[in-house]
Amino acid sequence: MKKNMSIHSTKNSAFLINSFRDKNTILALAEKIVIESKKLPHDLYMMEVCGGHTHTLMKYGLTKLLPKNIHCIHGPGCPVCIMPKNRINQAYEIAMQKDVILLTLGDMLKVPGSKGSLQHARSLGAEIGFLYSPLQAIEVAQKNPNKKVVYFAIGFETTTPMTAALLQKAIELKINNLFFHINHVLVPPPLYTILDSKDTKVNSLIAPSHVSVITGSKIYEPIFEKYQIPIVVSGFEPVDMMQSILMLVQQVVNNTPKLEIQYSRVVNTNGNLKAQKLVKTFMETREEFQWRGLGNIPYSALRLKKEFAKYDAEIIFDSILSKENIQDNRACRCGDILRGIAKPLDCKVFGKSCTPQNPLGSCMVSSEGACAAYYKYGYTN
Amino acid sequence: MCLAIPSQVISIDKSKNTATVETLGVQREASLDLMQDEIKIGEYVLLHIGYIMSKIDKEDALESLKLYQQMIENMEDEEEYVDPLYKK
Repeated sequence: MKKNMSIHSTKNSAFLINSFRDKNTILALAEKIVIESKKLPHDLYMMEVCGGHTHTLMKYGLTKLLPKNIHCIHGPGCPVCIMPKNRINQAYEIAMQKDVILLTLGDMLKVPGSKGSLQHARSLGAEIGFLYSPLQAIEVAQKNPNKKVVYFAIGFETTTPMTAALLQKAIELKINNLFFHINHVLVPPPLYTILDSKDTKVNSLIAPSHVSVITGSKIYEPIFEKYQIPIVVSGFEPVDMMQSILMLVQQVVNNTPKLEIQYSRVVNTNGNLKAQKLVKTFMETREEFQWRGLGNIPYSALRLKKEFAKYDAEIIFDSILSKENIQDNRACRCGDILRGIAKPLDCKVFGKSCTPQNPLGSCMVSSEGACAAYYKYGYTN
Repeated sequence: MCLAIPSQVISIDKSKNTATVETLGVQREASLDLMQDEIKIGEYVLLHIGYIMSKIDKEDALESLKLYQQMIENMEDEEEYVDPLYKK
């Protein structure tokens, strides 16, 4: 009862977060999963699509609490991990122009292209900045009227509306020295690639949290209709994930596959319509986009519409950008890991020539990548 | 990259369409440009790279917590059925 009382007496978000990490709740859910899993007619291969989910599974040791017939497959949902070298090369080439300031988010600075990382470009004198929010790009552009400020935009459906909102603001404020190198990618296309692959074992999905806040759960409806596999949209906290796993297990045990939302605190069917409209105003799908580890996936990424060409860094800097695709390192098994065929520990270079300090492949690059998570939390042979 | 943090709205600046939100004791400004619903002071929101992306229904969050709590209590009642291997 004590805990119940504290739930009602709390007034701050810190408590909410702490509760979703409550050890007793996690263990209680784990016990329930173990009991239910004994009724499973076959092994459950769950793909957690989002890199944030991979991170939670590893950080809280949740995979160790799961029975042997439940397997976690780490999916392609880390925007840094799946960024192909040729796009990083383009950012590098733009950043090396003398009148340019390049801005980006996340771990993008460390990711190696074939010319080096953006961090390397910075060590050579390129002006490259890391943003807390894309909105800061406005300030940078206003303070540097004689420079071309380029926002190297990355991320899935979660961050795409922020890029659209930034462009809208730049237009409103008549800022003419802010340009966009768009690398926004979509969640459903790689899922079709993975689920269509003959050797994949994936038979259930833990769908992303914050992608779904924007898109709504409706984006997974066609996937459910095609493959009839259990799908649960899950929150990020360890308790969320354990509850989602339990929901998947129960769907299989009861032979009632469906698309469910565990993260109903913030996810609904239709998502954030205003954000979706903003994205549609400024962007359209690309015919082709090369995913690191997965290869070319048609209509899996976005670009600016033609009417916004004067803001499009790919057009403005077209003459200096290299266009050819670059093959992934052959020793690295990132592609197999993303397809759920291999685990990080199956890769011969994992933890040896491939480490977070010197990543060979995409899964080791970002802290949200499967290999980086295994490495950080001590999963070794 | 995709982590968004629950935050409480402290104040709203309608002229700039921004809100000051508090996240784990830290206050910062966030854009309301992606919000379709009106936000009120004291409400909880999800903050992601400087933008408020949605409201969090506090009642919903507390209700989920209550469910988890009940689950623990139920588990305690069913203790004899729990595989001893997984007792921690």
